[in-house]
Formats: sequence, C-alpha cells, structure tokens
Amino acid sequence: MATLRAIFAHPSGRIGGAIVALYLLLAVLGMLGLTPHNPLTQHRVERLHAPDSTYWMGTDLFGRDVASRLMTGIGQSFIVAFFSVAVATLAGTVLGLAAAWFGRRWDGLVMRIMDVVLAFPAILLALLIVAVAGPGTSTSVIAIAIVYTPIFTRVVRGPALSLKAREFVDAARTFGSSAGYIVTRHLLLNLVAPLTVQVTLALAWALLTEAGLSFLGLGTQPPAASLGLMLSDSRNLMETAPWLMIFPGVAIMIGILGFNLLGDALRDVLDPKMRRSIA
Amino acid sequence: MNYLMRRLATFPLVLLGVSIVVFLAIRMVPGDSITAMLGTEAGLLTPQQRDALAAYFGIDQPWFIQYWRWLLGLFQGNLGISSTYGRPVLDVILEHFPLTLELALLSMVIALLVGMPAGIFAATHNEKLSDLGVRVVAMIGQSTPNFVLALLIIYTLSAGFGVLPAMGEFSPLWQDPLRNLGQLLLPAITLGFAFAASVTRISRSAMLDVLSDDYVRTARSKGVSARGVIWRHALPNALIPVVTLSGIEFGYLLGGAVIVEQIYALPGLGRMVLDAILQRDYALVQGSVLFIAFNFMIVNLLVDLAYVALDPRIRLSEH
Repeated sequence: MATLRAIFAHPSGRIGGAIVALYLLLAVLGMLGLTPHNPLTQHRVERLHAPDSTYWMGTDLFGRDVASRLMTGIGQSFIVAFFSVAVATLAGTVLGLAAAWFGRRWDGLVMRIMDVVLAFPAILLALLIVAVAGPGTSTSVIAIAIVYTPIFTRVVRGPALSLKAREFVDAARTFGSSAGYIVTRHLLLNLVAPLTVQVTLALAWALLTEAGLSFLGLGTQPPAASLGLMLSDSRNLMETAPWLMIFPGVAIMIGILGFNLLGDALRDVLDPKMRRSIA
Repeated sequence: MNYLMRRLATFPLVLLGVSIVVFLAIRMVPGDSITAMLGTEAGLLTPQQRDALAAYFGIDQPWFIQYWRWLLGLFQGNLGISSTYGRPVLDVILEHFPLTLELALLSMVIALLVGMPAGIFAATHNEKLSDLGVRVVAMIGQSTPNFVLALLIIYTLSAGFGVLPAMGEFSPLWQDPLRNLGQLLLPAITLGFAFAASVTRISRSAMLDVLSDDYVRTARSKGVSARGVIWRHALPNALIPVVTLSGIEFGYLLGGAVIVEQIYALPGLGRMVLDAILQRDYALVQGSVLFIAFNFMIVNLLVDLAYVALDPRIRLSEH
C-alpha cells in the first residue's frame, strides 16, 4: 500500500500509471470485442475515410475502422508483451537463482549459455528465432522471451549471490531451514523489488520488439490487427491517408512511454540504491 | 586484471557457442535453400541438377560434417558461398558493412553531440523548468521506436516540404561523399534520436551523482569557478557511464538497423541479414550472424576495457 501511494506521489509514476491503466482498459475492451465497430468488417464504400464522428480515427484501405483495429491491436501487443515477459521472468528467475544457489559448475554453465544468448543483438536473435519457427503470435512470444531471459537471469543472479553470503541465510541454515525454503523465502522475496522494476522496463521493450517484428511482417499475421502491422501497411498511403500512420505510431510511442515512466518511478520508489548504480 | 583475463578466456568459448546456435538454428528452418533460391524454377531442375547444386553449396552432407567444414573454413577466412549472391559470403558481408559502420558512427556522433550537452545542462539546472524540459524530451525520445520516427520524418518531409529522402541508388562514401552524407543523414538522425535521449539521461544522472560528491564540494569551497568544477573535476568522472552506454549502443548499431535500413532502402548489413533469412541463404545467414555477434562481443569487451581504464577504483580493487 505504501509503495502504491509512493508511486502515485511520483510524477512519472502518476502519468505512467495512468497511461498503462488506459491501455489496459483499451486492450481488455478490444479483446472482449467492445470496439466502436467490428475491426475486421470491411466498409467498402467508405475506404480511406478521414477521421470523423463515425470513424474516430478514419478507415483503412479496406474500409476497416482504424480506432477499433487500434484497440484490438493494443490488446494483441499487450498479450505478446505480457506473456513473453512472464516467460522471461520465470525462466530468468529460476536460472538465476539456480546459478547463484548451486554455484560452481552449474553457475558457470548457466552464465556461459546466457553469454551466448547475449552475444546476439536482440532484434537479430528474435529474427533468427522467427525464421526458424515461422512468423506468428506464439513465435513472437517465444522469441521475445528468449531474448530477455538472460537479462532477468543476470538481474537475479548478482543480488542472489550477495544475499546468499549474508548472515541471515547462514542463520536460516543453522536453524535447519530447507534449501527450497531459503531460496524462496530469503532470496526470492528480497529480489521482488529489482524484479518488479525490470519487468516494467522489459514490458516497454517487449512492446517495441513486438511492434518491430510485426512491422517486418514476422509477428502478428493479417487480417488480425497489430500496431506494427498497421504502421507497416500505412507506408504506401502516407500522403493520402496520414491517419493510418499517425494513430498507430503515436499509440506505440505512448504505450512504451507509459511503461518507461512507470518503470522509472518504481525504480525510484523501490530501490533508491539501484537508481544510483544504474543511472 | 583477473576479470579481464577471464573475459578473454571465455571469449572463444562463447563464440563457439554462438556458431553452434547459428548453425543449428538455420538448419531447423523448414524448406530447402535450393527451392528458396530458384523459386518456382526449382521445379524445372532434374534430380541430377539438384544434386549437383546441393553438392556445390555443400548442403548434401550430414549436419556435423557441414558444421566441421564450415568451422575449418572460418579459420581460413572462408565463410562459404552465398546462394543468393553466388559469391563468397565474406565478400558480400564486407560489401554491406561499410554502410552500417558509417551509419553507426554518424548516429553515435549525433547522439553524443546532442545528448551530452543536454545532459550536462539539465544536471547543472537541476529541478528547474529547463531541466524538466530536457527530461521530458529525453523520455519521449527514449520511448519513440526508430521506425515510428522514420515514418514521421518521411511524412513531415513529403507532406510539409514536398521532398522525399534521397533513396535511389546508394553511393558509397569514397565515390560521392556529399551524396552519401545526404542519403545517410536522415537515417542517422532517426537512429541517433533515441540514442541521444539515452545519452542525455545517463549524462544527467552521472553528472548529478558526481556533483554531489565530496571532492566536488571541496573544489568548490577552494574557490574553483563553477565552470572549472564542471569541466575539470566533474565531467571526467561523469563520462564513465556515458562511455559504457555509448559503446553498448554502438555495438547494437553495428549489427545493422534492420527496420530503419528497410524503411530508407539502404543496402546495409541489417537488411542483408533479413533478406538472407527470408531467402534461406544458409551460408550468408550463418556468416553474417557470426560476424555481427563477433563485432558485438568485441565492442562489449572494449567497453569493459575502457571502463577499467577510466575508473582507477576498479583497477586498484582487482589487484
């Protein structure tokens, strides 16, 4: 509760939180089909219709309502971002904790594998994975998750190593606590703060990567809507129908901004020490 | 020194891991490269012609033999033959690399020229309206995907001024420097924008950190001028995180800006890799991904070295 209050007292937290909440609402409405129009219905007579009171953000080349597609697109982007970050967080936490707890060979092995993954620039690795598994929503989730797992592993392993060396862990051991109890209770619980910050920032990156993959035609496949895909489709119609580019472009930007602001606020609130070292 | 020695020792190991990952990944791609290369014409090939082609590109062997051959070739600078270009992979890569390198350098120059003064300005005007302005712009800059920015730039130019970015045939720097710069300026600004935003944020916070340190306060109380404090005492230390960030970002850019190159129709490394992946040009994907990962790792290693060189505390604590 105190954390929540502190976030709302933080200017970035207030704005970021509001943006994320609004996007969540739009995404849920989009997923439930509660959009102004059906995002797939083609109003053929009203193709490339400029924004007005019926079509708030105009219509596209097939006469589909841009506002409705934007809402389902946000939903789509959020699903990919949330699932990929969830998988990366889980995998990274388990690997990082295991590396820190078991140490020695296991630590070396895990961290070298992570080094291999980190040796690829993120978008290149994602491209490679999509090329192997074929484009689509689930591939995007897997690709983004694999790209971000090493980051979570590192975020967890470092602090977990130093926590492991602390007196309270020794104390717990002498009391006869099981390894599982110590790892979850003493290590993991103390890692919630840095993980929360990392999750929020990773969501911003995941949104960006998803949009990038879709823009290249390797993410969400048509006719489903996705912000990157809408943006890519708008390229040849930029001059006749600029709304096709401006609305999804600005939507991606503000969405990422929301998570970045929230992440910054969380970092300030949850971990004042980290702010110094990271910034 | 221990840390660096360890880094150097694991370097070849990681590179070997990367090569295996790349090699296996590309073989899991469904479909074969001959069909991908020739399209519908592949159907006209007789089985003998098909076999001859497969033998020519070395893809008729089991995967471990292919890998071994590839690895042996690597040490001789032979990365195989690209099936789409019909030429040695290394030649194709080196042909596309100068553009990517130039673009990365230009973007970094833009980012540092804009970001560092902005960050220092914001730090020295801490909590004033001008600081807030810089921070808001930097935050927006950091949240703007480069492909959104690229489209916005192109749209503003074409709708507002009736001009289009100079796409057409790309001219290398040594042939027509002016035309070359004209072609790379907008892409460099596009890539440099978010980069500049990160530089601004990090130089601001590094500067703020340093300015609150004791030695800066001592310098001030000794009567060193405000300017002297910033330039002589604070800046050198505040530079350390800026160097680290710029290095890492530069390493990313060396991998080619896939989407931006695509939008501005630039024949750089990123677009080449994307095309190679889509065309299932095994040899080219393998070679270029390894090349990019190698560059990325070298740059990261250099960043670490620079970090150690710039921060005497690390050097001393390691001894």
